[in-house]
Amino acid sequence: MAYEHKKIIFDPIVDNNPVILQVLGICSALAVTSKLSTTITMCIALTVVTAFSNAAISLVRNHTPSSIRIIVQMTIISSLVIVTDQFIKAYAFTISKDLSVFVGLIITNCIVMGRAEAYAMKHPPLPSFLDGLGNGLGYSALLMVVGVIRELLGSGSLFGYPILPLDRDGGWYVPNGLLLLPPSAFFLIGMIIWVVRSWKPAQVEEPEYRIYHAPRPEVAS
Amino acid sequence: MIDLVNLFIKAVFVENLALTFFLGMCTFLAVSKKISTALGLGIAVVVVQSLTIPINNLIYRFLIRDGALSWAGLSEMSLDFLGLITYISVIAAVVQVLEMFLDRYVPSLYNSLGIFLPLITVNCAILGGCLFMVERDYTFSESVTYGVGSGAGWALAIVAMAGVREKLKYSDIPEGLQGLGVTFITAGLMALGFMAFSGIQL
Repeated sequence: MAYEHKKIIFDPIVDNNPVILQVLGICSALAVTSKLSTTITMCIALTVVTAFSNAAISLVRNHTPSSIRIIVQMTIISSLVIVTDQFIKAYAFTISKDLSVFVGLIITNCIVMGRAEAYAMKHPPLPSFLDGLGNGLGYSALLMVVGVIRELLGSGSLFGYPILPLDRDGGWYVPNGLLLLPPSAFFLIGMIIWVVRSWKPAQVEEPEYRIYHAPRPEVAS
Repeated sequence: MIDLVNLFIKAVFVENLALTFFLGMCTFLAVSKKISTALGLGIAVVVVQSLTIPINNLIYRFLIRDGALSWAGLSEMSLDFLGLITYISVIAAVVQVLEMFLDRYVPSLYNSLGIFLPLITVNCAILGGCLFMVERDYTFSESVTYGVGSGAGWALAIVAMAGVREKLKYSDIPEGLQGLGVTFITAGLMALGFMAFSGIQL
């Protein structure tokens, strides 16, 4: 079977985005995006874990009985997450404090499990690795957009460097406090879904109920 | 005693796992279409949460924590780095045992909760609860309270969400927002509502 490697990587970024279309991995997408430095750390961590866990799971896919496959996947994923967690703690300690439990929660991030189950169990290691990489990048793309909007408009800075001069320091920009609060991430992702679906109407979901427009009765004059 | 009551109220409302920490969002959005299924999942989460957090608390305090092995004469040893893999294994094991137990002794409950139990292993609310317990260094009695409280808070949030969505399906929504989009925005409004509790100091 031939694999189009480029397509495997780039498909999940817009056409089949794991967060907005497959509804996977939303938990961390909301909680870590108030600052760009934590966002980017989380993105790198998740992409690395997804790519390598997909590759590792794909390597053992023919030797794993299906009855214990979940626990095998869990063990592989949590070992990778432990390595990532220790790495972040060693080299970026303040960021690891900001991320608190969310690095550990990569274990239960549905993107990792979902891709392992849906792709890596059926395909050879290289395409699985690329699929993990692509889905990690799709997740990162969405998180970066949300992170940029929240930090730029919420505190007028990017990566902690001031971009818009704040009014309390004599500038002109009045920061929008709502964007620093967690619920704003919900609104932003909802809006992004709206934009992407208007651009690619194939992703629109069918409503369960349609409003029935009754024909206008003819009024005799 | 009053501390425990405060902790319980805090876990249910002020630090609601679903609406202030956004844990267990995947299932929260996927299984909240009907109140009855949401209630089933909510109860399953309360049960699993109130079992796993105390068990993980004991494991953390007597096996994993820095110097926890001093009862075995290994006071220098720290198994901190094994934390994550231990907690997730305990969760998976508890869910499996609970499933078999219910199947054998309470088949009626098993039939109504059955399909949700395997889902719970990968629900971030459960692992998140355990990690918060570790981060805040709860004692055993605190961990029991926190387990029940955080589970109840999550259940409350998903049932409320299902109630809103049952009404929402009759409304006229712009095409691109249909389904997932409007669910996100609803969840955001509910989270804003829950932020009102964060003013309460306990």
